[in-house]
Amino acid sequence: MAINLDRLAGFHHNALKVRADKMEVIAGNLANANTPGYKARDIDFQSAMNSAMKDSQVSQTGPSSLVRTNEKHLQGSGAARFDVEFRISDQPDTGDGNTVDVQKERNAFLENGMRYEASLMLLTGKFSGMKKAISGGQ
Amino acid sequence: MSLFNVMDISSSGMAAENVRLNSTASNIANANSVSSSYDETYRARHPVFAAALDRASADQSKGVGVEVKGIVESQRPLQIEYSPGNPMADENGYIYKSNVNIVEEMADMMSASKAYETNVQVADTTKRIFRQVLRLGQGQ
Repeated sequence: MAINLDRLAGFHHNALKVRADKMEVIAGNLANANTPGYKARDIDFQSAMNSAMKDSQVSQTGPSSLVRTNEKHLQGSGAARFDVEFRISDQPDTGDGNTVDVQKERNAFLENGMRYEASLMLLTGKFSGMKKAISGGQ
Repeated sequence: MSLFNVMDISSSGMAAENVRLNSTASNIANANSVSSSYDETYRARHPVFAAALDRASADQSKGVGVEVKGIVESQRPLQIEYSPGNPMADENGYIYKSNVNIVEEMADMMSASKAYETNVQVADTTKRIFRQVLRLGQGQ
């Protein structure tokens, strides 16, 4: 069996990427907690993860399968595609059109950070297992 | 690297809240300032925040930072008081007091300091996670 580092880290690697993006979005919400008219946004982890996994599968099997019938057509990029969506607020009118709920965002940030750390721990476990295999347990 | 973007976003939040705290301090300090003409009187200043969308698309970051668009002076009418004994009184004996609402400023100050704290916590958590990323694969 050939050792494939990509496959070893594949899942967690994508999870970390999506978690980091989510962290960025929530940090943006918290920074804009007092911006009039700002709408809180978030990433749906599951759909983002699905698109990231699909992209990494495509990059393993070869180039993207987009068919170009004209040389002027744009080439599809392999970047992970997922949309940043707006949160539905509990409070219809806050007076200035801002929909950031600071308590909720803080909890979301904390939870997301902990999940990031969990993914990181699992990744460390994979690496240490691989190290053990390479060194023969010595 | 997107973890650095998180740091950028939270620092933009801290900078904006700092401007708000600064203007609040200036408003409270000048709450009792008087002058002898309507135009020269101190008016309450408030920063205008806006989401830094253009910077976010330039960095290709998913999150959006905040920026201070500018500082506007309150248009609320001034308090005019008849006080001929005041050295600042005009020829008719009136002094002009600033339109700062102290209670509003105190509430604003609390809101700004809480928001600043939140941004500091975000940066702190990010730092901790980043350290763990740097240690990835070490040990054993």
